[in-house]
Formats: sequence, C-alpha cells, structure tokens
Amino acid sequence: MALKNILITFRRYCPLLWNLASRDFTLKYRRSFLGIAWSILNPLLMMLVLTQVFGLLLKIQVENFPVYYIVGSSMWTFFSEATNLSMSSIMGASTLIKKVYVPKYIFPLEKCLFALENFIFSLIAVVIVMLFQRFVPPATALLFFIPVLYCFVFSVGIGLILSALAVFFRDVVHLYSIVLTIWMYITPIIYPIEVVQDSALIYGIIQCNPMYYYVGYFRDLLMYNTIPDLRFNLICIAFSLGALALGLLVFKKTQDKFILHI
Amino acid sequence: MAEPYAIEVKDVSMHFNMNKEKLENLKEYFIKFMKRDLRYEKFAALEDISFQIAKGDVFGIVGLNGSGKSTLLKVISGILKPTTGSVITRGQIAPLIELGAGFDMELTARENIFLNGSVLGYSKKYMQERFDQIVEFSEMQDFLDTPMKNYSSGMVARVGFAIATMTIPDILIVDEILAVGDFRFQEKCENRIREMLEGDTTVLIVSHSIDQIERLCKHCLWLEHGHIKMIGETEEVCNAYKKG
Ligand SMILES: Nc1ncnc2c1ncn2[C@@H]1O[C@H](COP(=O)(O)OP(=O)(O)OP(=O)(O)O)[C@@H](O)[C@H]1O
Ligand SMILES: [Mg+2]
Repeated sequence: MALKNILITFRRYCPLLWNLASRDFTLKYRRSFLGIAWSILNPLLMMLVLTQVFGLLLKIQVENFPVYYIVGSSMWTFFSEATNLSMSSIMGASTLIKKVYVPKYIFPLEKCLFALENFIFSLIAVVIVMLFQRFVPPATALLFFIPVLYCFVFSVGIGLILSALAVFFRDVVHLYSIVLTIWMYITPIIYPIEVVQDSALIYGIIQCNPMYYYVGYFRDLLMYNTIPDLRFNLICIAFSLGALALGLLVFKKTQDKFILHI
Repeated sequence: MAEPYAIEVKDVSMHFNMNKEKLENLKEYFIKFMKRDLRYEKFAALEDISFQIAKGDVFGIVGLNGSGKSTLLKVISGILKPTTGSVITRGQIAPLIELGAGFDMELTARENIFLNGSVLGYSKKYMQERFDQIVEFSEMQDFLDTPMKNYSSGMVARVGFAIATMTIPDILIVDEILAVGDFRFQEKCENRIREMLEGDTTVLIVSHSIDQIERLCKHCLWLEHGHIKMIGETEEVCNAYKKG
C-alpha cells in the first residue's frame, strides 16, 4: 500500500524529473558556442595530455593506452559528476522546496540523470579515440549498459547521502572534493592494476573500491571481449544496492528537516 | 453522514530552532558537541492550532507580520511538517504560496510554463492542452520566448497565477499573491477565484488587504503570535481585528 503510493507519486513527478534534466541540458549549452561539442572535446583533450605524460612515466606498457584511459575515465567522470551535482542539488532547489511540495529525492535523482545524459555524449569521444587508434571493439561492447546501470544506482545512493549531509553541514562540499581526488587515485584509470600488485596494502584497498569494479567491468566489455563472471556481478550489485539502501535510509530520516536549514 | 471537512488542522505546533549562530560547519558542530554546548532556542511560530474548514468555504487568515500565517499555509500544503499535531486535507491542493515557484529565470516563459506545470505534478500532454488558455489569461503572447529574467514582477506573477489556476483544484491556497498585479489583473484574479467558488473549491486566503478578505471570505481566522486570537464570521473577526 505504502509502496503503491510511492510509485503513484513517482509517476506523477516523472515529467518534472524530465523537465529539470532538460532544463539543465538547455542551460548548459545555450550560451556556449561549441555547445554539445564540449562534452566530447573535454575528455579528448584530457586524454591527449594525460596519455602523453603517463605514457612516458609508466614503466608497464598498456596496450592501446589511449583507449584504456578514455574508457575508464568516462566512467569515472560519470560517477564524479553525478555525485558532485547531487550533493548540491537540495540546496540548489531551496527556493522550490520552500514554496511547493515536491518529493525531494527528485533533485539528486535528476542530477544523476543529467550526468548520465552527459556520459552518453562523452561515449562519442570514446568512439573517436577507438577510430583513431584503429581499435575494433569486441561484440561484448553491446552489453556496456550493464556496468553503467550498476554505476548509476551506486551514484544515486551516494548522491542521496551527500545531498542530505550537505544541507546540514556545508563543509561536506569541500570534504568531498578531497575524497573524490583520493578516490580517483585509488581507481585504476590512468594506470593498470598490475602497477600496484607489489604493495599488498594498496592492492587490498583497491579491491574494496566499488569504482574499481565498475570501471573494470566497462573495460572488460569494451576492450577485452570478456563478460565478468557471476561473482564479479554480485559484488557490483551488492555495492550498488548497498549504497542505494543506505542513501534512501539517510535521506528519508532527514528530509523533513531540510526546509529548516536551507 | 456528515459532510467531511476539506481541511482539518489538529493541535498543530510548529517550532523552529533559532540557534544564535548557524552551525553549518562540521568543525564548529564537533567542538560544540564535545563541549555539550549544542543548545537551540526553540521558537514557536505556531502553537496548538486546531480548526476545520468545510468543503466549499472561503476562509481568510489575517494577522500582523510574523504572526505565522505563511507558516500555517505551508503546514497545510505539506511543505512544512509540523513539529506536533496533524493536518488532514481532502482533495487536490493548488498551493500559491508564491507565484511561479519553480520558475527558472534563465528560461523563456514557454519553457517555464511546462517546467512549472510539472512542478505542480501535471503531465506534458495536460499542459499542452492548456497552454493557449494560460497564455491568453496571462496576456503574455508577445513575450513568450523572452527569458523570464527580463520580465517585471507583475508579469511573472501573471504567468504564475495563470498556471496555478488553469484547472479548478479542490483546495486553493493563496498567500498574498494578488498584491503585485495591476488593478485590472487583480480584478481578473478575483473573478477567477469567484468562478472557482461556484464549483466546490475550498479557498484559503492570506491577505493584508482587509477589504479583499471582506469581499471574498465567509469565515475568518485571526492569528496572533502563533495563537488563534479569534475565529468565526468574517465580519466579526475583521471588525475586531481592525480595532486591534
Ligand atoms: N524557516 C524558518 N526558520 C526560522 N524561523 C522561521 C522560519 N519560517 C518562519 N519563521 C518565523 O516564524 C514566524 C512566522 O512567520 P510567517 O512567515 O508565518 O509570518 P506571516 O504571518 O506570514 O508574516 P507576513 O505578514 O509578514 O507574511 C516569524 O517570526 C518567522 O521569523
Ligand atoms: Mg507571510
């Protein structure tokens, strides 16, 4: 019964979700000359710089390093953008929340959808790099949506937690930017996991990092013609649903107090 | 069987934490927490409010600045959750706490009409059917594709009012929104509200214009410092209120 009500409300506010996401999209590109091209140019330029620098520094050679990098980094950018935008979504919608009743989880969820939109555009950059490298992706690439879905659910969970916390403590915003930087370094994006195999500690830490699995899954499909096994999938699902459950719990417990703090 | 009330407010109290310094900072919070110095000063914006509004009634709320009128409307429309007590509402609510809540001033009026419609929970198709009616009522035909940041406040209010009243809701909640439009538009709005009354709509109005309350309302509530000072027929309450 309660679940049914939640679903009815959700359906009622689906158009809002969609309109907010398309508003973000319109406003992002309305005043920019190159428009959507930025979503593609940005990762391309980053890739050029980083592969040049790290190609020189890294001792272990990775085959098809530009492809390796851009596949991993596009997934990472998706996660970091989704959670970052979600974090300030409740504060950003404060005028609305103070004046109309709207289910509040709509706002972080919308930011995750917007990040997903951007991610899909950034896949064009991935394709461009593949073309340039004459890299033919294997058939498993067609399953790319699976890790994206996992990562999306995970991002929504983390986004819900962050958006609620940021309402009460503004410094969560600064704290999270530090966390994200560290998190990025313990995710094998610009380096292969083999680099850290000698250090049991770092290797162990990376094994606990959900993003390691999502990025790895994505690469397996797009580059190595591999479909991760059941165990790997279960780990991914556990992280995603765990984050989502925790996020919903934190959000539900705190949402009635948001309005007193924004 | 007795006709159920449209709105029932039961023992509602709304307390705000008026902490002297805002603790929006983890470090400060932590230090205060360790020192056990986390004191909040409770401020009661509403205290033990109970009343009912019958279906189809036009109900006015008067009171001085800061007496809790807007807070009461927000509690009734579900924006604020009361500290204690409960509110039961029967039917669909159109809350006009502020016109055009959810307008994004960077967007054009056309885009905003759809955005605001979805804020109120209407589908795109539904909004398309009523788009022309909204534009006509607000008289903004010539400005549809102008970003709303270039609108005057009255123009924004017109579009907002047109959207909020495009359908006849079961309960209409109006907070001092009729003040910004010019006299012709105010008249138009009042007429629209009267039209709704001919249906079965229950209307709840907050206004500092006693004239307007006397013209429109049947019953009236006078709030003072978050308490009910008086409730009853509009004439009685307004007369007492005017005397102070
Ligand atoms: N979010 C909030 N946090 C703290 N105090 C608040 C909050 N919202 C309202 N108040 C306090 O509650 C009291 C009542 O405010 P409210 O806006 O309901 O007054 P009002 O009757 O609508 O006044 P006006 O006639 O000026 O519109 C005020 O003293 C205000 O300071
Ligand atoms: Mg007010």
